[in-house]
Amino acid sequence: MGAADPGTTTPRLDPDSAEWLRGLAGAGPPRDAVLARLHAMLVRIARREAARRGPRLRLAGPELDDLADQAAADALLAITGKLGQFRGDSRFTTWAYKFVIFEISAKIGRHFWRNPAVSLDAEDWDRLPARFGLDPAQEAEARDLLAALRRAVDEELTARQRQVFVSLVVHGVPLDALVIELGSSRGAIYKALFDARRKLRASLAANGYLDDDPDRARRS
Amino acid sequence: MTGWPQLDRFLHTDPQDVGCTDALDVLHVCAELAAAGHPVEQQYPGVVAHLQACGPCGDDFDGLLAALRDEAV
Repeated sequence: MGAADPGTTTPRLDPDSAEWLRGLAGAGPPRDAVLARLHAMLVRIARREAARRGPRLRLAGPELDDLADQAAADALLAITGKLGQFRGDSRFTTWAYKFVIFEISAKIGRHFWRNPAVSLDAEDWDRLPARFGLDPAQEAEARDLLAALRRAVDEELTARQRQVFVSLVVHGVPLDALVIELGSSRGAIYKALFDARRKLRASLAANGYLDDDPDRARRS
Repeated sequence: MTGWPQLDRFLHTDPQDVGCTDALDVLHVCAELAAAGHPVEQQYPGVVAHLQACGPCGDDFDGLLAALRDEAV
């Protein structure tokens, strides 16, 4: 993967952000008031974000609101615990909203396993043609490509990469749900999938199933 | 032969892709740039490459951007 993009130099805090930090660094009722104001903003953002993602989830109504409210409460804890990490490279509220978005993602990942729509017991490779837009007119070609892909998954990937690829791509488990299942992190799971994708593409290209030009896929 | 263009695109990896950790570290900065109409890819090409390839991080970015735009209304 690429090196991190260059960061920006730390700018001076804007007045609103400085006021938030002063309030949160305080004590007693004034700090409680600032916390209450921040919590109310986080609840609003969390509910809006939960509603945005709601149509894709089997989750609605009070259960979705509960998830959002828990995300807001957990985000508030995370924010107050990490105030020292705020670099002033955005408005304070934007930085704070990021935490509530992350909490929503994590809670949706956990929620997936309460009633998973997939079974991890059997590998259903037959789903792949539909998932990747198989042209029915090219059934024989697709069968060959699918067999080559399965061979490459078995022969080219490490056990971890294979587990991640099969879970995410064959079973369709959401990445954040797999993070919970494997007790891992989003970054580690993504890296395993990234390396698997690179190896599989190289194998399929070497065997004539995909174009050798790595930029062709991006352009098409 | 490219029987499955979608599979071809899925297996393509961008060497600029910085991964989840680095992308999420500056997600708030990129969201503010995008909300202000600035081209994020000029300053953070590796982050944009990642957000285009990683569904969950892309979704987080979309959510944060939507929050900022909602706030601005």
